[in-house]
Amino acid sequence: MNKPIKRISTVIVSLILLACTDGALNNPYVQKEDNGKVIYTVFSERPKHLDPAKAYSSNEYAIIAQVYEPLFQYHYLKRPYQLEPLLAQSMPRVRYFDAQNKPLDETALATDIAYSEYLLTIRKGVKFQPHPSFNLVLHKTLPEDWAGDDLYRLPLATRVLTSDDFIYQIKRLADPATQSPIAGLMGGYIIGFNDFSKKQKALQTQFPQLRKAQRLQAESMMGVRKINEQQFIIRIKGKYPQFINWLAMPFFSPMAWEADEFYSHQILLKKNMSLDWFPVGTGPYFLKENNPNRRMVLLKNPNFHDDFYPSQGTAESLSAGLLADAGKQLPLTDKVIFSLEKESIPYWNKFLQGYYDSSGISSDSFDQAVVFSAIGGVGLTDNMRARDIGLQTAVTTSTHYLGFNMLDDVVGGYTQKNKKLRQAISIVMDYEEYISIFQNGRGVPSQSIIPPGIFGHVGGQQGVNPVVYEWRGKAVRRTVSQAKELLTAAGYENGIDSATGKPLVLYFDSMDSGPDSKARLNWLRKQFDKLNIQLVIRGTDYNRFQEKMRNGNAQMFMWAWNADYPDPENFLFLLYGKNAKAVHGGENAANYQNAEFDALFEQMSTMDNTPQRQAIIDKMINITQQDAAWLWGFHPKAFSLHHAWYKNGNPNLMANNKTKYINIDPVLRANYQAKWNKPVYWPLAIVLLVFLCLLIPAYLIYRRIERSTAL
Amino acid sequence: MINYIIRRLLYVFPVLIGVNILTFVLFFVVNTPDDMARMQLGDKHVSQAAVENWKQQRGYDLPLLWNEQAQGVEQATNTIFFKKSVGLFVFDLGLSDNGRDIAADISQRMWPSLAIAIPSLIFGVLANITFALLLIFYRGNYLEFGGLFLCIVSMSISGLFYIIAGQYLIGKLLVLTPISGYAPGADAFKFIILPVLIGVVGGLGSGVRWYRSLFLEEAAKDYVRTAKAKGLSDLQVLFKHVLKNALIPILTGIVVILPLLFMGSLISESFFGIPGLGSYTIDAISSQDFAIVRSMVFLGSFLYIIGLLLTDISYTLVDPRVSLD
Repeated sequence: MNKPIKRISTVIVSLILLACTDGALNNPYVQKEDNGKVIYTVFSERPKHLDPAKAYSSNEYAIIAQVYEPLFQYHYLKRPYQLEPLLAQSMPRVRYFDAQNKPLDETALATDIAYSEYLLTIRKGVKFQPHPSFNLVLHKTLPEDWAGDDLYRLPLATRVLTSDDFIYQIKRLADPATQSPIAGLMGGYIIGFNDFSKKQKALQTQFPQLRKAQRLQAESMMGVRKINEQQFIIRIKGKYPQFINWLAMPFFSPMAWEADEFYSHQILLKKNMSLDWFPVGTGPYFLKENNPNRRMVLLKNPNFHDDFYPSQGTAESLSAGLLADAGKQLPLTDKVIFSLEKESIPYWNKFLQGYYDSSGISSDSFDQAVVFSAIGGVGLTDNMRARDIGLQTAVTTSTHYLGFNMLDDVVGGYTQKNKKLRQAISIVMDYEEYISIFQNGRGVPSQSIIPPGIFGHVGGQQGVNPVVYEWRGKAVRRTVSQAKELLTAAGYENGIDSATGKPLVLYFDSMDSGPDSKARLNWLRKQFDKLNIQLVIRGTDYNRFQEKMRNGNAQMFMWAWNADYPDPENFLFLLYGKNAKAVHGGENAANYQNAEFDALFEQMSTMDNTPQRQAIIDKMINITQQDAAWLWGFHPKAFSLHHAWYKNGNPNLMANNKTKYINIDPVLRANYQAKWNKPVYWPLAIVLLVFLCLLIPAYLIYRRIERSTAL
Repeated sequence: MINYIIRRLLYVFPVLIGVNILTFVLFFVVNTPDDMARMQLGDKHVSQAAVENWKQQRGYDLPLLWNEQAQGVEQATNTIFFKKSVGLFVFDLGLSDNGRDIAADISQRMWPSLAIAIPSLIFGVLANITFALLLIFYRGNYLEFGGLFLCIVSMSISGLFYIIAGQYLIGKLLVLTPISGYAPGADAFKFIILPVLIGVVGGLGSGVRWYRSLFLEEAAKDYVRTAKAKGLSDLQVLFKHVLKNALIPILTGIVVILPLLFMGSLISESFFGIPGLGSYTIDAISSQDFAIVRSMVFLGSFLYIIGLLLTDISYTLVDPRVSLD
């Protein structure tokens, strides 16, 4: 064989060998060990923060809730959502005190309670994950032979969790340097929180050289007190039963002071190795690899404490086989690989090839995956069923609404005229159609502010919004003529303002700029056209929209709210007068203020989930339906697909730490992947043949040109 | 030549100061420090006190361009503009508003971008030149017409279509390469085949037509006729003489973009899951991260100027008639 041919052959053989090293040619993973008990999943944008004091969005919780553990968690299978101890030994003992600090009993009126005290007992023997920060020698200097690329190549150590770690984290929440999003909120509840914050700011200014851990440990917070290594107390203002829900969020996960101290090395900061990017927790996994532009890898925490798959659940969970792993030690997988997929098309195709275990359904691929039956039932297409793909749906604990600014002269206000205008618009805004067109049917029209699954939600005839719907065996939207009657009663007969004789013109502020926005806004105009109301869309960017909302300058707007915790207070507070955005800077974007509603809210918010509480909520909902400060919009429905080898998937919308319950059948996955990913070579042969066919005329012409004469 | 290079390098400073001022003004016309704080802190439970605290921690609590409260030189230096700009001129890019080290981010993300951009450029230029010369060779017959027709068809198709069609055809139907993804080192090979192939094929239409126009101009010159008269074959004339003499405009196009290659490609990297720099600036604009925006614009401008300088120097290497003295 001559030299060039030999070289070319060597290159070709090398490339083939390289391509074949990982089985299928299209396998997007390179390490062979990745085909064990591994969960393959995605993230669509890099998380902003992985520090539990700062993180507050679902894509951040998808990672950190597997690494950090708070005191409590939501039971994976029980419904309605139920809190249970996680790092706590038991549920907290809550004591109440009056303004003179005298103890009150549990039945004391909320108005008499000046302080609540939570005695929290933590589990014994829980250890942090192995991490170099617990190797105190490394706080002074890092080994010279460390390459600086992998933290876990440094000498690792651990230590036992104590109550100090919870107290340290609460101090971090209050520290102005942390910039926790809930600092303002907690400052209103935890005693001494704001004072501590001020002291830290002063210390930071006075002694800038002081390291964070030293600074935080130098001061104490009045409302947070250590009893012993296993117990501590949090004292808050008044009665706030929802506080325990906050204790179940990653904000209140324990933090080791050693982590803050270790990450203060300048060399680590220069490599973007900080507590904000490399968490240190007690959870079922630890973050081994963090490249937020490519992938994040969680590995099973070898120090993870006893935690077992639940053995109780709903009847549905039993029939769905969700108790098959009951009693098994968690987590059920060894590794989780999060890959960055910014675009939905490659994500979907790789899911179909079996390289991701589960997937949402984008509108592009909805018709490929889902079919609706004649009676409105949801099912999978034949193609999906042939692949043994499963579908799960759940109404989310969130609400999308269109709000009226109640401070506005035209659409706001509380007179009959104002109410009737809003009620008329509520009727003609056909959210059933909206859900069908823009949500692929994935949503439930809202009857009130409270979504299904949250205490206070009432379904069926009792729960129907009487302003917008009539009950005829099912909720039927009132007619346009009924809406027109209301409009006439409001003084706008046929869309003409009777006072001025001019057409009624309303303004909708929108920052909607996606590909579907034009269609969506046109649809909105058409709804107002039904009443001959002219709708002017005022397009705006994010900043100006937020500014308008803060100043109360918008007339109508669309917004959404996703539950922090499963309590009606977390939705009804969106209409509480003291939360009016333009007045008090709160989350009440419609600036709705109704004294009766506010009084009921204050009463309801401190109650347990009893029939009395339900009765109060019913009253509140009725008030808001009549006032119609919102068009109640819809509660989105989440659809997710998963492969046959992906076990125990359960739509728990409150739990963030679901990954530890997931089980994988790696053999089944390997079989399916092999079946679905056989390379197809014959089209390459056709391409080669076409190319060779083209060479023939090229050669003939070449010969003709070369043999032709100049003249 | 040394004097010329020094003179050109000195021009860099006023240009970069101008670019920096322009970036600063444009950014803060659209976003205020309050907007930036609210964007970083999120939508829920954000108080004005939290906004003020964020600005103070990040140094955005100062006046933008002129500090009325300060005395003397501090009126200019104790401002957001000065504090955020001065480090750039010693290439200290600092921290992003999200707290990450910008230089570390760039050094981590530039390699995947280069892994795609360099082979795409090399194979793209080679393919474009080869096909352009072949079109010249077959000038006037149906192979040229067919080739030009395909070029125009190719130019008329959106780049995004090539990506989606390529992923569908090669990654999904033929199952020959991963649809998207990336791995460092030698493992990157199987991930870059498809984006490079699509990059080369997608650029063929416009590239071939551009190079063909350069070669046509060159092929009409007297020395070509002389070479043919001396008995050289058409292929020899094209590949030895025409190609060599058309190098100046080719270099103009290539050398100037060389330093910018590491900036990556937004769409391609996004669809192929390449962890490069393609989306770094656009993500920063979306998240109102001024620290990244100013750094990337500064770096981009600097590299562009260096690219132009390299182009000038390369002229002297390929054309003995050009002198920079």
